[in-house]
Amino acid sequence: MSAPSTQPTDAAPVLSIDGLTVALPAWSDRPHAVENLSIQIRRNEVLCVVGESGSGKSVMAKSILGLLPAPHVRVTAGRIAFEGEDLLQVAPERLRAVRSGRISMIFQEPMVALNPLMKVGRQVDEVLQVHTDLSARARRERVLGLFDDVHLPEPARIHGSYPHQLSGGQRQRVMIAMALALEPALIIADEPTTALDVTTQAQILSLLKELQGKHGTAVLFITHDFGVVAEIADRVAVMRHGRLIEQGDSAPVLRAPREPYTRDLVAAVPSLIPRHPDPAAVDDHVLAVRALSKTYGGRSSFLGVRSRGVEAVRSVSLEVPRGRSVALVGESGSGKSTLARCIVGLEQPDSGAILLDGQDIAGLSRAALRPYRHLVQMVFQDPFASLNPRQRVGDIIALGPTLRGVPRDVAWDRARELLDMVGLQREAVGRFPHEFSGGQRQRIGIARALAMDPKLIIADEPVSALDVSVQKQVLDLLDELRLELGLSMLFITHDLRVAAHVCEEIAVMRRGEIVERGSTARIFAAPAHEYTRALLDSVPGKGWEH
Amino acid sequence: MKSFWARFLGNPRVLAGIAWLLVVAVVAVFAPLLAPVDPFEIVDKPFLVPSGDHLFGTDSLGRSIWAGLAHGARTTLIIAIVATLSAVAFGAVVGALAGYHGGLVDDALMRITEFFQTIPSFIFAIVLVAILAPSATSLVVAIAVVSWPPIARVVRGEVLSVKSREFVQAAVIAGQGDTAILLRQVIPNTLSPLIVTGSLLVATAILTESALSFLGLGAPNLMSWGFMVGAGRSFLRDAWWLVTIPGVAILLTVLAINLVGEGLNDALNPRLADV
Amino acid sequence: MAGGRFLRYIVWRLLQAVPVILGVTVLCFLMLQLAPGDLATVLAGEAGGASPGFIEELRARYGLDKPLLVQLALYIKNVAVLDLGFSFRHNATVASLLAERLFPTLLLMGSTLLLSVGLGVLSGLFAAIWVRTWRDHVISLVAIVAYATPLFWVGLMLILVFSIRLDWLPTSGMEDVVAFYEGWDRAVDIARHLVLPAITLSLFYLALYARLMRATMLEQRGLDYVTTARAKGLTERQITFRHVFRNALLPVVTMAGVQVGGLLGGSVVVESVFAWPGLGQLAFEALFSRDYNLLLGIFFMSACLVVLVNIVVDIVYVLLDPRIKVGT
Repeated sequence: MSAPSTQPTDAAPVLSIDGLTVALPAWSDRPHAVENLSIQIRRNEVLCVVGESGSGKSVMAKSILGLLPAPHVRVTAGRIAFEGEDLLQVAPERLRAVRSGRISMIFQEPMVALNPLMKVGRQVDEVLQVHTDLSARARRERVLGLFDDVHLPEPARIHGSYPHQLSGGQRQRVMIAMALALEPALIIADEPTTALDVTTQAQILSLLKELQGKHGTAVLFITHDFGVVAEIADRVAVMRHGRLIEQGDSAPVLRAPREPYTRDLVAAVPSLIPRHPDPAAVDDHVLAVRALSKTYGGRSSFLGVRSRGVEAVRSVSLEVPRGRSVALVGESGSGKSTLARCIVGLEQPDSGAILLDGQDIAGLSRAALRPYRHLVQMVFQDPFASLNPRQRVGDIIALGPTLRGVPRDVAWDRARELLDMVGLQREAVGRFPHEFSGGQRQRIGIARALAMDPKLIIADEPVSALDVSVQKQVLDLLDELRLELGLSMLFITHDLRVAAHVCEEIAVMRRGEIVERGSTARIFAAPAHEYTRALLDSVPGKGWEH
Repeated sequence: MKSFWARFLGNPRVLAGIAWLLVVAVVAVFAPLLAPVDPFEIVDKPFLVPSGDHLFGTDSLGRSIWAGLAHGARTTLIIAIVATLSAVAFGAVVGALAGYHGGLVDDALMRITEFFQTIPSFIFAIVLVAILAPSATSLVVAIAVVSWPPIARVVRGEVLSVKSREFVQAAVIAGQGDTAILLRQVIPNTLSPLIVTGSLLVATAILTESALSFLGLGAPNLMSWGFMVGAGRSFLRDAWWLVTIPGVAILLTVLAINLVGEGLNDALNPRLADV
Repeated sequence: MAGGRFLRYIVWRLLQAVPVILGVTVLCFLMLQLAPGDLATVLAGEAGGASPGFIEELRARYGLDKPLLVQLALYIKNVAVLDLGFSFRHNATVASLLAERLFPTLLLMGSTLLLSVGLGVLSGLFAAIWVRTWRDHVISLVAIVAYATPLFWVGLMLILVFSIRLDWLPTSGMEDVVAFYEGWDRAVDIARHLVLPAITLSLFYLALYARLMRATMLEQRGLDYVTTARAKGLTERQITFRHVFRNALLPVVTMAGVQVGGLLGGSVVVESVFAWPGLGQLAFEALFSRDYNLLLGIFFMSACLVVLVNIVVDIVYVLLDPRIKVGT
């Protein structure tokens, strides 16, 4: 992938936003989504707008083309100057001509950003139909040409496909083709790679960079990921609570941010340099998985047609040494979550053994499994779904111990101690989950896992739903508690930066199989398998170290 | 965001609905006091137009229409509510079992539910009442038998969605048993759609009950609104009020229940666009 | 979509209907058991017109001296060859009675479906386009009132206004039999008789589809693909008709399929109000003569109709939604 472009950019801005203020409706927790924001984008440059959730970056992007969810969210002040006009003042017909004609947009989730009932060729064609006088045949040629430009295989077949028949990466390429159709002066990309796998993200980023360089288009790129910024930005603007915190050329901002908030954000991005030293070999394993397989579906229907199941996990073997943290790294569909679910007993494996402290728990019935439950506990991904909204925090944490016979008041006292341990107030026991933020909920989830005094913690993407700054805190908490309590951990993640931060060992999974295992230091220094190399190459901003 | 009660009672449609339902409930409860005559008793000359003597006039046999309305409110409401409660109880159990157990249990229960949804329910209800012989009990049974499938589907869908949430997995990992998980973790989180569907079902039950009574399948010695419309239909040309008045009573009551049920839904599931 | 695969899908759907029809048959048998008196007297009808010899013959034919399961098997065998028994009240076989009354019901049902889905979709569409204006409020108000109105009462009120007071339309029947109209005149006559029953039966469903259409239009309008369409520079009209409309139509089609059974039930009430000579009217007559076997025959027939219409609806759905896989 190319480094940030070093071509000179024209001085005159393509788009200039001055004092933009966007009001939120009365019932919101703050009056403005965007407040007095001014930024400029020049020709042939990629400007990344970075911010955490709620920073107002998406609202800002949508307000440029007048796409805010009217009438609740509306612009109350400011100018958006583009090609000699104020886009906030122009007539609706003129704004429609600008949309896709001069400024186009790419969205986060290509699956929902495309009409599910219309062939994708037709959806791209529509842009040409609305804005040009080209004949149907000429438009078709142009669409096929665009599909070729964005490196879609078999453009003619894709042209006649519906969105659900394409992969996530292909759908986003279609969106990019649509955005490029009329060679606009500016492309606004709103988190265009957030919903994609790491390797696909890398391909889409390089495609965007390639096309941007070829056409000299300006790109306004909205993201929450500093790795992505390091990968493609010429300049960067940092937003927080609707305000601009800092802007400048990306290299200096990433290397030495001026503002404390930016400094914190940058420091919160886990480094790709493994933090734990190469560990000595240990023979004592808390967990040993032997030749585990799990296939989903594949049952026969009543007419005797037997459908082939999905082999989610194929003969996987894996150990977690006592006191170690092992990362299970893979993209979506690699089977890493299925493996975790088998280990904690949420799924029954088809074959293989799961040795927990030497005892095989694979295939045990739920009743037979009960005495071993407390040994492995899990920390979940979604902080909003993992706590029962109708139970008090104390009851949530004390559930496991009380089921094992601990009296309720003893379990509640322990819950208070645990809350203290994970950095929350003891009084939190009496409150309900909705009173806490995402990061605080993850801390409650960790306290719940610790309440059972487990030997092994399985953390299933525990920080992927959190903002960067909160991510770091939760990761550090997990790491500290693990070392302090001598726990072992199996850490499931798609993010190699996170793995490098908290794990001594890594196992890389693809299509139900572990393709490579080893110490984190060794794998980062000398990956043996080509897929591991591809994953490492795909990490956004890999050349950047702060 | 405003609280549930503020959203619910701040809705004028809900208030109008509640007001009318209160009127009907008071009339139904105090019918023997408010209309102290047997609704089947002949009180005056037939076909008297509504006037000071007889608030809503008299019917073809000289029975008081007001007495019929007041006592009919009792019959209609009791049958509709009992039938709905039975349907909700049965449907909820079927839906919860299907959703929580999944697999073969789910397949079997859902095939049965779909079957009951496919067969024409009102005709089925007619056949049931006819064969069981018309009575309050057979009306309740027939209405309940044709009403439970939507409840089962709603509960199953909710249970499926709640079951896949991580807090249920956490309870499994903590070692909680199936029944306890279903009762303590899952069911409390499915109550609001169940309440909404259940309240709207009362309206459907009233419509079904009055249609059956209209066809002459009502409980023989209980006055009901549908029966009054059915009895008055032959005299449409000369005595419009016989049909019009009880019909309006049915219409307003069903409308009121729908308004309250929908208000409940909006208050329980606030969406940004509607606030 | 490949023609062969599509044909296979239709065959597959027809096969799926078999267990449902079988279930209905079993249900009919169970209800016959519930009916007062022994099966043979029920089958013969309570009219008492049947000779003792005939009742004996029925006993033998339905194996009433044999175990219940054998009786069930014999019953299913009879239904399979469309032998639904004999109605002494009408002095005709149940099957021939049903065949005779099928057309009027289909006519009423077809016009009601067209009217309710067509007008319902249109009013929902316009309510959504005019959302939060007085026009939307009027449509929504009419819909919520119509949604709460009992069918039989609407029918009587329409007769009161349009037949009795205004004398525009006939009160009952399907045609003016004594006028002996032929050809085009007869069609016009039937159409005039059809207006009020079809409106009566449509009203509730029209309201239902209008409300559903409005709600899904509004929901769809908030989805991301609409923002994409807007970002392409499409006008609101183009967005509504090219993108949102078809997506919003899908739930209405599903609902129309679900409601077919209810529609047939409603036709019993409406046919009895307007003396429309269809299956519903026949059911009303059977009720009064306690002709349970005929009643069950009507139930069986209606269930078959519903299953058939559901298959048609599923096929329409597959044509509308490319995401449904038909290659099983």
